[in-house]
Formats: sequence, C-alpha cells, structure tokens
Amino acid sequence: MSTAAPAEVQAAAEDQDSLLSIVRARWVAIRSGDVGSLPVIVGIIAISLFYSSKTDIFFSAVNFQNLIGQMAGVTAIAVGVVFVLLIGEIDLSIGFVSGVASVAVAEFQMTGSSHDYPGLIAIAFTLLLGAAIGLAQGSIIALIGVPSFVVTLAGLLIAQGAILQLLGTQGVIGIEDTQINDVANYVLSPTTGWIVAGVFTAGLAAATIGTYVSRRRAGLRTGNFVLAIARVVFFGGLAFAAVHVCNGAQPRPGVPLVGLIILFMVVLGSYVAGRTTFGRHVYSVGGNAEAARRSGINVRLIRIFVFMISGATAAMGGIIFASRLNSVQLTAGGGTILLDAISAAVIGGVSLFGGRGRVSGALFGGLIIGMISNGNDLLGYSDAVKYITTGAILLAAVTLDTVARRRQAATGR
Amino acid sequence: MSETPTPILELRGVTKRFGSVQALNEVDFEVRNGEVMALVGDNGAGKSTLIKSVAGIHPIDEGQIFFDGKPVKIAGPKEAAKLGIEVVYQDLALCDNLDVVQNMFLGRELHDPFFRLREAPMEQRTAETLKSLSVTTIRSVRQPVATLSGGQRQSVAVARAVLWNNRVVFLDEPTAALGVAQTRQVLDLVKRLSEQGLAVVIVSHNLVDVFEVADRITVLRLGRNVGVYDKDQTNQQEIVEAITFGAPAAEPSGAAA
Repeated sequence: MSTAAPAEVQAAAEDQDSLLSIVRARWVAIRSGDVGSLPVIVGIIAISLFYSSKTDIFFSAVNFQNLIGQMAGVTAIAVGVVFVLLIGEIDLSIGFVSGVASVAVAEFQMTGSSHDYPGLIAIAFTLLLGAAIGLAQGSIIALIGVPSFVVTLAGLLIAQGAILQLLGTQGVIGIEDTQINDVANYVLSPTTGWIVAGVFTAGLAAATIGTYVSRRRAGLRTGNFVLAIARVVFFGGLAFAAVHVCNGAQPRPGVPLVGLIILFMVVLGSYVAGRTTFGRHVYSVGGNAEAARRSGINVRLIRIFVFMISGATAAMGGIIFASRLNSVQLTAGGGTILLDAISAAVIGGVSLFGGRGRVSGALFGGLIIGMISNGNDLLGYSDAVKYITTGAILLAAVTLDTVARRRQAATGR
Repeated sequence: MSETPTPILELRGVTKRFGSVQALNEVDFEVRNGEVMALVGDNGAGKSTLIKSVAGIHPIDEGQIFFDGKPVKIAGPKEAAKLGIEVVYQDLALCDNLDVVQNMFLGRELHDPFFRLREAPMEQRTAETLKSLSVTTIRSVRQPVATLSGGQRQSVAVARAVLWNNRVVFLDEPTAALGVAQTRQVLDLVKRLSEQGLAVVIVSHNLVDVFEVADRITVLRLGRNVGVYDKDQTNQQEIVEAITFGAPAAEPSGAAA
C-alpha cells in the first residue's frame, strides 16, 4: 500500500483545488452527513419567500431595520450558547441571567440613587456581573463535577428569584440614560453605515488574502483562489446590500447600532473559536475531553472560561432587551428567550453533542428565529403559531444534527 | 547500533501498590535506542501499571527510574513528556472532530504572541512527519480524524509521538482493534520508528505481531519480571510458557543479549 501511492496522491492533490472537484468533494461531504450551512441558507430563503408572499411589509426597508432590533438580543445570547454547546455542555440559566443583567443595568444607571453611573460604566459592570455569574456556575461544573444541566437549572431559578426580589417593590425601573438606550435604538448615519460595510469587506479580504499568501509561501494547498474571492465578494456584497436597505428606511434611515454590535460579537467569537489556541482547545474538549486532558490541555479552565463567556453574552443580551424597552419589568429574561437562544445556535448548525459548529451559526439561527417571530407578528398570527413553527424548526434542526452525526459515524472508513 | 551499553530508559526494582494489591513487585525493565522492546503478559500482569508509572499517571512507590543513565523522578504526565516519553494509549487519544493537523499539535499548537494559531507551519510539519514515516494512505491532512480508518488513526497517534522528537514511545496494544492490512500498516510504522533511532516499547497480546517487530521481549507475570528474551533465541512456545507459568528452571538470558 505504501509503494504505488505517491504519484497518484500527487495528481489527486493538484486538481483537488479545481472548481469541479471542490463541488464534487462538497457533494460527497453532504452525503456523508456534513451538510454545512446548506439547510440554513435554504431555510432563510424559504422563510423569506413565504412571508413575502403573504405581506409586502415583510420585505420592506423599515421592517428589515426592525428585524435587526428584534433578533439582536437573542443572537447576542446565542453567541455564548455556541461556545457552551461546543464543549458539549448546556447553559439553561442564560434567559434569566439576561434578565438579571437587564435589572442590573437599569439599577446601575438609576438617577437619584447612590449608584448613578454613566451608561457605559453601567454596561461594563453589567457585563462583568454576567461573567461573574458564569464563573460561579462554571466553577461548580468544572471543579466539582456537577452536571451543567443541573447547575444552570438551579442558576435559572436563582436568577429568576433575584429578579423578583430586586424589582419586587416597584415592579419596573425606567432607563433614562441615553448611552444605554442608544444600544438598541441608535441608528448610524448613512455614511457611517457605508464605512462600516467597507471596513468589514476590507477586513474579510485581508484575512482571506493573508491566509492565501501564508499558505502559498509555505508551499501548501491554497484552495481555489477564485472561490475565495467569490466568498469575499458575496459576504461583502451582503454587507453593502444591508447598509443600502437600512439607509433607505423611513423615517429613520441608517443601520441600527445594535446590528453592528451583534456583527462585532459574531466576528470576534468566530475569530476566537477558529483562529486562537483557546478556540482550538474548546473544540477538543467537546470532541474528546479525555484526549484533551492527556494532551496537557487544562480542561477545567476551558470549561470555566466558556461559562464566563456564556454569562457575559447573556448579560449583553439583557442590556439589549432593556435598552430596547427603555426599561426593565418583572418579566425580564422570561418567555422564550432561553429556548430561542439555544434554538438559534442549534438551527445555525451547532451540534448539541459538542465539538461541531461555528459561531456564525448564532447569527444565521438568530436570523431565522427573528424572521419567524417578525413575520408572524406582521401577519397577526397568534403566539400559538409562533411557538409551533419555531418548535418545528428546532426539531428539524436537531433531527438533522443527529442524522448527520450518525451518517458521519457510518461513513468513517 | 544494537549494542548500546546504557539503556535510554531503565527501571530498577520498581514496586507499585494499590492498597493491598501489589501491581508491580521489584520489576526491572529496560529499553535501548533503536530497539523495539515487547512487553507481554497475561491480564493483570502489570503491563498497564508499568506504562502508567513511566507516564507519570501512577508514580512509583519504590525503586528507581533512570533516563539516559541518570536517575529521574516522574511525578506527572508533564514530566514524562518533558523527558521525551510518549505513550500512545489503546483507546486512542484523538479528537474525532478535529483534523489530522489539529490532532497532531493538540495542546502544543504553534502560535504567535497573541495566541493566534500558525496554521501553515503546523500543516507543513504534519505533512513532513507523515511522509518521513511513509504514511501515504491519508489523502488530506485537513480531513477530520473521524473519516479515517482504524489503522490511519493509529498512524496519526504514533506520528504525533514522533513529531515531538520523543526518545521513548510506548504503544499500548496498537493492533488490538485492527484488520490484517491495517495491522501491517502499523507494524511497518513501528519498525520505522526504531529505524529512526527511537526506543519503542510495544505492549501486545498478539505474539505473532510481537515476534514480527520486537528485538527483545520482556515477560511480566503477576507483577514480576520473569525474564527478558532475545527474539532470535526464543520461540512463541517459550514465551507462552513464561506468560502462563513463569520462568522455567533455567534463568533466561537477562542481559546476555
């Protein structure tokens, strides 16, 4: 077996980068269960077509702007959920932790109190509080070994109790701080929007070309250059199109600041997961924790860090929710927030079994959840319909994940 | 090359107890550079305990370990790794969801000061290492380990040991779960490791495999070393007897080789 191969392998390696063989390899991968982003793309298109056919408002500029605001909170939380799912754990506390964060940010800015902090300071404290909650939960999970399901279920109840306790007497806190209210309500000027799209596209192009050049210099397979450029053009184009649509929205043209915030979170999260040693270790802990431990990775520390990320992103979600309402109420963190955030990650292709998925899945999954919620609101459907559709899509996503896993196991030669 | 006076790794009078169970009882063991030493014995003979002692997972109670002629203490896996002792465990320590390169460098990734991964040099060195071991059946070093066959996975695990310039490699039942062709693949790999000057210790129940690759054979029985046999001066039957009944009346050739 070791004698005949070299020439053949060489030849195979050379045309592996041609468009045709990339398409062929992709098809083989899909059949072996690695469906990638295909279901998400199909889902987004199908949902858009469905609601567009029902109402003209769905595909309007102002509704797009609105959609960004609606999906932002859940998407922010889902970024943290991706990390938790990647190490093969679950965090059920995120919903009410986001509620605690809503209360905290409102409390920190409260005028006339001893802690009348400026908006950005209040936001920073709230994010730290979220991370601290994650640190506490993560430590119990990683150091003592209590299952994350139970720890975070307890965390869910404690957080809900804390919200009731803190808001109990007045029931609602208004937010007057403009910096906090701007988080979900500020729109960038049209010019700033263009600049953001330009920076995003330039960054993507620089990263793509950087990878290409360093691989070429090292004499490694570079992949198809045309395809790499096409990817940059596609996502850059998407960014410019989004800015164009938002800038055409009336009465307040421009990209919502909160859209930029979640984009930043997703890009940062993708970078950490995909290009740093920490991210690599996160994937390894989810793939085979024992192997990670034997390789000298501090598995406990990774777990604790991941729950801190989850706590901080949940807090960011809570800040966005509070900012959107300019207040916080007794219902903060409740409702479908928890399930929406986990669904967003799972629909975005992140495996519940650990070790597989991308941070960008949070954005795409969040978009699907947001579109269903938004479309159903426009059509005046009841919450019943919203729950049933979201539930069906979640079930489909998890089923797909399970089938993919089984097929991958079966095709492993 | 065959007559190295000082063994790279030597155990003298090593004893390990788990409560009242005497897992290793004054065991002597050695392996030299460029040599394949087989470690055989029935279940419970102490093979795994010996490996784990050297790997730093179960530090020894009594006795001495010499590495390169100098006495050393191995208190943890990191110290074993620092000396250059690598253990390829039976249940492969690979992550299915990661690709070949990612597994080869797991826990020891190359990165810049900002903890950014340096993918290109990692991929280069992976390809070079696999090539130096003539592992040609892996199509792409960027395919997930989940898509590899048992033999290929074992090859990756072994290649990982080579990548880090280890001096002594322990292979715990490397062929136990493999088919005929894949077993051949792994045994060839074991031979190439020793040809590169590494000391290889292979633990196996399969005496056919042992006789194919090993230069010498150490037999353990009930936590004791019952003898070290030169492959060319023994046969399977003698080894089987040593495994089941202990040493025959005449003391076998301990250092005679």
